[in-house]
Amino acid sequence: MAKTHIQFTLNGQAVETLVEPRELLIHVIREQLGQTGSHIGCETSHCGVCTVDLNGASLKSCTVLAVQANGGDVTTVEGLAQSGELHAVQEAFMQEHGLQCGFCTPGMLMRSYRFLQENPNPTEEEIRVGMSGNLCRCTGYQNIIKSIQVAAQKLQAK
Amino acid sequence: MSTEDTREEELKGVGCSRKRKEDPRFIQGKGNYVDDVKLPGMLVGKVVRSPYAHAKIVSINKEAALALPGVHAVLTAEDLKPLGLHWMPTLAGDVCAVLADEKVSFQYQEVAFVIADNRYIAVDGADLVEVEYEELPVVVDPHHAMDADAAIVRDDLVGKDEAGQGSRKHNNHIFNWDVGDKDATDRAFESAEVTVKQKMINHRVHASPLETCGCVASFDKVKGDMTVYMTSQAPHIVRTVITLLSGIPESKVRVIAPDIGGGFGNKVGIYPGYVCAIVASIVLGRPVKWIEDRIENLSTTAFARDYHMEGELAADKDGKIKALRVNVLADHGAFNTHAQPTKWPAGLFSICTGSYDIPVAYANVDGVFTNKAPGGVSYRCSFRVTEAVYVVERMIDVLAQKIGMDPAEIRMKNFIQPEQFPYQSALGWEYDSGNYPAALKKVMEAVDYEGLRKEQAEKKARGEIMGIGLCTFTEIVGAGPSKACDILGVGMFDSAEIRIHPTGSAIARMGTISQGQGHETTYAQIIATELGLSSDDIQIEEGDTDTAPYGLGTYGSRTTPVGGAATVKAARKIREKARKIAAHLLEVSENDLEWDVDQFRVVGSPDQAKSMKEIAWAAYNNVPDGMEMGLEAVDYYDPPNFTFPFGAYLAVVDIDKFTGVTTIRRFYALDDCGTRINPMIIEGQVHGGLNEGYAVAMGQELPYDTEGNLLGNTFMDYFWPTMVETPKWELDYTVTPSPHHPMGAKGVAESPHVGSIPCFSNAINDAFMQFGAEKHIDMPHNAFRVWKTLQEMGLNKD
Repeated sequence: MAKTHIQFTLNGQAVETLVEPRELLIHVIREQLGQTGSHIGCETSHCGVCTVDLNGASLKSCTVLAVQANGGDVTTVEGLAQSGELHAVQEAFMQEHGLQCGFCTPGMLMRSYRFLQENPNPTEEEIRVGMSGNLCRCTGYQNIIKSIQVAAQKLQAK
Repeated sequence: MSTEDTREEELKGVGCSRKRKEDPRFIQGKGNYVDDVKLPGMLVGKVVRSPYAHAKIVSINKEAALALPGVHAVLTAEDLKPLGLHWMPTLAGDVCAVLADEKVSFQYQEVAFVIADNRYIAVDGADLVEVEYEELPVVVDPHHAMDADAAIVRDDLVGKDEAGQGSRKHNNHIFNWDVGDKDATDRAFESAEVTVKQKMINHRVHASPLETCGCVASFDKVKGDMTVYMTSQAPHIVRTVITLLSGIPESKVRVIAPDIGGGFGNKVGIYPGYVCAIVASIVLGRPVKWIEDRIENLSTTAFARDYHMEGELAADKDGKIKALRVNVLADHGAFNTHAQPTKWPAGLFSICTGSYDIPVAYANVDGVFTNKAPGGVSYRCSFRVTEAVYVVERMIDVLAQKIGMDPAEIRMKNFIQPEQFPYQSALGWEYDSGNYPAALKKVMEAVDYEGLRKEQAEKKARGEIMGIGLCTFTEIVGAGPSKACDILGVGMFDSAEIRIHPTGSAIARMGTISQGQGHETTYAQIIATELGLSSDDIQIEEGDTDTAPYGLGTYGSRTTPVGGAATVKAARKIREKARKIAAHLLEVSENDLEWDVDQFRVVGSPDQAKSMKEIAWAAYNNVPDGMEMGLEAVDYYDPPNFTFPFGAYLAVVDIDKFTGVTTIRRFYALDDCGTRINPMIIEGQVHGGLNEGYAVAMGQELPYDTEGNLLGNTFMDYFWPTMVETPKWELDYTVTPSPHHPMGAKGVAESPHVGSIPCFSNAINDAFMQFGAEKHIDMPHNAFRVWKTLQEMGLNKD
C-alpha cells in the first residue's frame, strides 16, 4: 500500500515518518517511533489506555489515523515530566497508590493532565464524569480519584 | 519515640504503607510489557477463527493468503500434525486442539495462524484464508448437553468412558465428582424441621485484564535456544510445558514474564496462540509476536464460572443449620481446559459450608461439554471458591427469609465460634483461624445495622425500595499443599532465593510473578523485617526462568501464603548464619545473643552488638572457622495447609422503581487476611476486588444465543464499570493470624471479589424479598433485569 509522509511534534520533538493511510496513530507511536508508554487495550476507544494529548485535547489514539496527526502536537506519558521533574499528576498517582499493574496508568495520567486543565478545581463527581473514558481493572478507582484531587491541589499550589 | 522504634521505622518493613517500588517506571511510560518487546526480524502472527460454534471443516485454502506480499507462512492443523502439536494436553487431563482438527467446536476457535511482516499484513492475510465449513447442530444449554439426542461436541472422545477425570456417562459428560456424607446428609434433611431449596446460576463471565494475552517467541536456530516473553502468571510451569511439547531441553528454554497488565487468572493457562507463535518461530527461525485483540480475549481465553447450582439447607425452626446439600451442573465449554491445580475436578468448591458450623454436607458436581469457549475457573478466585461462597451465602438468606429471621441474626447463630479453631469442616477442610462473630459485629456497629433496617422499613412504607446485603465469607487460598495440588505433577510449592551483598544491600528472586500486586515492594518489606535491612536496599526480581528459582506463580491469592512463607524461611536461614557470624565477631556464644530489629546484641549487654550490615561485610571476609563465606539462602516452601482469610461485607442499595437502576449507597468491607504486610497495598487490592465483584454481580456476562454465537465480546457490550458507576468503598479490618504461616499472613486479593458478589446479590434479593418476592433473583442485576422484576411484581407503579 502506498505510504504517506507525515510530520508532527511528539513530546516536543519534531518527528517524521512514512505511514500507510490506514495506520492508527497508536501503532505508529508505539511501533515506528518506539514510544511504548501508551498502550493498547481494546482498539474500540472504550478503555482509554491509549489516551494521548493531541493539539490540546485528550485523544484515544487507537481510533484516529496517524495521518490525522500530521502537523499536530502530540504528547504522551513520556512527555509529561519536564526537565527531569515529574508532573503533579505523576507525583500524585505514586503518592496515593493510584496504580497497580500500570497498564491503564499512561492513559489515566494523560487524561488527568488534560482534565485538570479543563477543570482545575473539580468536585469528586466531576472527576468521575471527566475521567469516565478511562477504565482501570485493578484499583476500583478510589485511589485514582484521590490522586487527581491531590494533583489538583499540587497544581493550584504552584 | 524510642530509638528502637525509629530504627524499625527506617527499615520500612512489615506493617508499613511503603510507597511502591514499581511506580516510577509505570508513571513515566517505562514499563516493559510483552507488546513492548520488539526483537530484530520479528514477525507478527494472527489467528484465523471460526465464525461457527460447531462445524465440520471441509477445506482450508491458504493460496491467496500466501500470495500476499509480506505473508511468510500460514499454519493449520495439517502443518502441526507431523510435529504432534495440533492437540495439546490441558491441566485438567483433557486435550485441546491447538488449531482445529477437522471440525470446530466453539465460535472463534483457532483454525489457522498467519505469520506476516507486521500486524496489518497479518490481518490482511488472515482475511484471505478461505475456510469452507459445514454447519453442525449445536449444544449451548448445559442442561441439554446430556440429552439422548444431543449433538456430540467432541468426536475425539467418542467411545471413551473417561475424559481425564473419572468415569463419564454420556458423550458430552466430562466428570462426576462428589464429596461429603450423602447418606447422613439425606437423613438430616428427612428429619429436619425446615428445609429450603433454591436454584441459582453463577453466570459465565471473563476476567478480561486490560492487557490481553500474548507472547513473543524467539527460537535461535544456531544455539537451539527458545526464549518466550509471555503474559504469564506462571512462567516456570510454562517452561516445563514448552519442553514437554517441543522436546527442547528445559535448560534451553527461557520464559520471561515481564511487566504484566493485570491477570486475574486469565493468564494462568497455556493458549493455542502461544503454541502457534512458538511453532512459527521454530519453523521460520525468526521471532514471532502474537497479541490477542479484545474480542479474542473475551471470546476464547479462559472464561470463569458457568456454574448452575441447586442449594439446599436443612435447619431447626429457630434457624440452626443441620445440613447443606448442593448439586451443580458445570459448563466447561468445548474442551476441559479448566486451569486449576487441585486434585478435585471442581477445585475447592467444597469450601461451600462457608463460615458456618454445619454438621453434615454433601456436594455433587457434573461437568459437561458444550459448543462454547473452553476454560473455567479464572477470575480473581482460586478454583470455584466464588461459586461455593455464592451458594452458601445466598442459601442462608433464603433460609432466613423462610423462617422470618434477620440475615445477621441467622449468621450469628450459625457461625463457627473462635474457640472451635482449628475447625474441621464437614467437607474435609481444617480451617486455620478465624473470628467471625467479631467481624460481623464490628461491621454492624460501624454502619448502624439496626438503623439501616429501620430506614428500610420506613422507605418500604413510602413505596421506596432499599436493600441490605450481607456476606460473611470464608475463603480458601494459598494453593497449596502438594498432597492436594499439582500442575502436571509439579507440586504447588513456591520459592525464594535471597542474596545479601557485602555492603548490606540485597537481591531476592521468587517463583511468583506480580501482575500489579506490588511484589517488588512487599517482598522487600518481609525481608527487611526479618533481616533488619532497609527495604529500599532490597531488590526483588521475578518472572525470568533463567534467574528466578522454580515456582508455581501468582494466582488464587497464593503469593503471600506460599511465596511469602518461602521468603520468610529463606530470610530466617540467613539470620541463623548471621547469628553465628555475630557470635564470632563479638566472641560470645550464639546463645548469648538476641535479635534486636537490625542487629544481634549480647543479652544483658546491649552496647555489645553487631548490625546486620556489619555482619554482611564480615560474611565475605571474617567468618568462623569451617564456615562457608557468603550470605545467601534458598527456600522451597510446600505449605502444610491452605489459609482461610475471611470477611464481613455489607451493601446498601437503592433501586429506582421506574427504571430499575440500582445505586450502591454504601459498601462496607471488613477483611481479615491475617498479618498485614502493606496496608496501602491491601486496601488497593480490596478496592479492585470489590469493583470486579460489583461488575460481575451487576452487569458482566458472556451471553450466547441458541446457535452458540457469543453476543457480548467487546467493551461496548461487556460491562466494565467506569468511575461513574463505581461505588465508594469503605474498608475495615481485623487481624487473626494464620497459625501455620511463618508470619501469620493469609493472602487478600481474591477475598473482595469472592465476598462482594454474594453481598451485592443478597442486597438486590433483600430489596425484593421485603415486598414478598418468593423466588431468588439471578445475577447479573443490571437495570433491565431489575426492571423486569419490578414489572413482574407490579412495583413500578406510583
